Amino acid sequence: MAESAEPGAAPLIALRAIERTFRLGEDKVAALTGVSLDIGAGEYLAVVGPSGSGKSTLLNLLGLLDRPDAGHYLFEGRDVTTLSVHEQAAVRSRRIGFVFQSFHLVPRLTAAENIALPMVLAGIAPADRARRVGEALAAVALTDRAGHRPDQLSGGQRQRVAIARATVMQPAVLLADEPTGNLDRTTGEGVIGLLESLNRLGMTLIVVTHDAALAARARRQVSVSDGRIVGDRIRAA
Amino acid sequence: MRGVDLLGLASGAAVGSPLRTALSVLAMAIGVAAVVVLTALGDGARRYVLDRFASLGSNLVIVLPGRSSTGGFNPANAITSTPRDLSVLDAAALRRAPAVLRLAPLSVGTSEISYGGRLRETVVAGTTAEFMALRRFALAEGRFLPESDWSRATPVAVLGATIRAELFGNREVVGELVRIGDRRVRVVGVLAPVGQGLGMNPDENVIVPVALAQAMFNTNTLFRIMVEARDRSRIEDAKQQVLEILRARHGGEEDMTVITQDAVLATFDRLLTALTGAVAAIAAISLAVAGILIMNVMLVAVSQRTAEIGLLKALGADPKVILGLFLTEAAMLAVAGAVLGYLLGQVGAFGLRLAFPVFPAFAPGWAVLAAITTALVTGLLFGLAPARHAARLDAVIALGRRP
Repeated sequence: MAESAEPGAAPLIALRAIERTFRLGEDKVAALTGVSLDIGAGEYLAVVGPSGSGKSTLLNLLGLLDRPDAGHYLFEGRDVTTLSVHEQAAVRSRRIGFVFQSFHLVPRLTAAENIALPMVLAGIAPADRARRVGEALAAVALTDRAGHRPDQLSGGQRQRVAIARATVMQPAVLLADEPTGNLDRTTGEGVIGLLESLNRLGMTLIVVTHDAALAARARRQVSVSDGRIVGDRIRAA
Repeated sequence: MRGVDLLGLASGAAVGSPLRTALSVLAMAIGVAAVVVLTALGDGARRYVLDRFASLGSNLVIVLPGRSSTGGFNPANAITSTPRDLSVLDAAALRRAPAVLRLAPLSVGTSEISYGGRLRETVVAGTTAEFMALRRFALAEGRFLPESDWSRATPVAVLGATIRAELFGNREVVGELVRIGDRRVRVVGVLAPVGQGLGMNPDENVIVPVALAQAMFNTNTLFRIMVEARDRSRIEDAKQQVLEILRARHGGEEDMTVITQDAVLATFDRLLTALTGAVAAIAAISLAVAGILIMNVMLVAVSQRTAEIGLLKALGADPKVILGLFLTEAAMLAVAGAVLGYLLGQVGAFGLRLAFPVFPAFAPGWAVLAAITTALVTGLLFGLAPARHAARLDAVIALGRRP
């Protein structure tokens, strides 16, 4: 068990003996077994492991997209495993941002509209939305691309739009699943740099990757193998 | 989520796939248009028939000889004699009824009318001077039958407009002698054209004094007695008084039938309204088909946008919001179809009115309202299953995040 980055404070995320099993036909496949993990606010953490190790399942659970079969998940001190789907949706809306490998932008919406989408779903007033979209576009240096649709943007620009969308609700934690997986190395560097700058501003950043070089940049590395946490290292500052 | 944003997102999604949106809107539009046009036709037929029937005159009570057997076997029928015919004296006796404004006996037969070598088959109506006022006829030329004793067979005739045109063309007619059957009769007037009536067309009739008609056809019975009540509220009184007087004259036997124009109109009205409703219901089947098409289109939309639904869930959309989005989209397709169909239907009804000017083909308000409501309800009903499917999707699977 690793110690929290900020000793004394309650951890942002606390997983306790999480179990997750999938049914594949007749067989039961244990995706996660006895996973316990504390993550403090403001941490920069990489989850590494080979494909099929359970790291994606771990990210799904952390993002409240999936429920554990056993164990408890305390998010900001609150047990979120027992929440209804509506309460979980509200937590996702306000406290969790997602960045996906394949961007998942809505193709018929412009960059600005894609960024505004979480605020539209949360029912935030249009005037407020416009201001925050403007700020978010400026933060990812895409102000001049506001009216472009995803098919008019490069891969790196799309991922920056996705990052702006993930952060526009000012979540407590940003979950990134292979954020550079569909990008070339130089563009990937830029995207990682952007995520790291957000982390320096205080946002908790959790990156799932199988890329050792990318994982090495994080202050803390959690290794997953066969559904278990097999390593938890903090890089010397 | 705000209502405006819901509409914006849903309409964006609908416009995003123009072909499938256009097809489902078209299907719904055809359904609504079919209801509008067919009910316009049905209701037009109803009005047409009612208008024609109303042109007989107003506040009419009509006496027919014989008992109409609507009650099945009546034991009284077994012991009574054959019904007595109506006579001119019966008609004259009805003048005593206080609720009766005017009345006219009617004796009808077919005969030949000839003039200057031209000969034509015609319906000869024997009646009295009051018939003109009772039927609201207007004269084109000359006078109507003279006010005289009903028993006098004065050899005069009033011609219908068509008869006049066919026998005389443009020639002078009042004062000419024509031959009807084997009698020579002087023409005293011509009726203004009235157009098609119900049953008999007055334009093709020849009107003579009732005594002359009875002499021609060698009878002393009447075809009808036409009675006009003093006003609308006294139609029922007039009917009762007429029945009472005739029953007394026929030895207590009710061997005649008295019908009121209102009752006949009401029967026609009910019959034709039911017919219009049936036609509308048949057309409404196409609305159900359109609803199923919308369901199909929405199911395709859900499977095409699975990743988008997963994304919305990841971004914190409540299942209710996703349900709302897809229901709104289905409702929009239905509304667009209903509005388009309403306009198409009205254009169709307008076209019918242009093609058949005598036919008042207006879609009744209830039918239009019912069609649009049905369109909306089917749209929402058939949109519900796909929308629920979308709302219940597993976000992890929808995002393709499970290896």
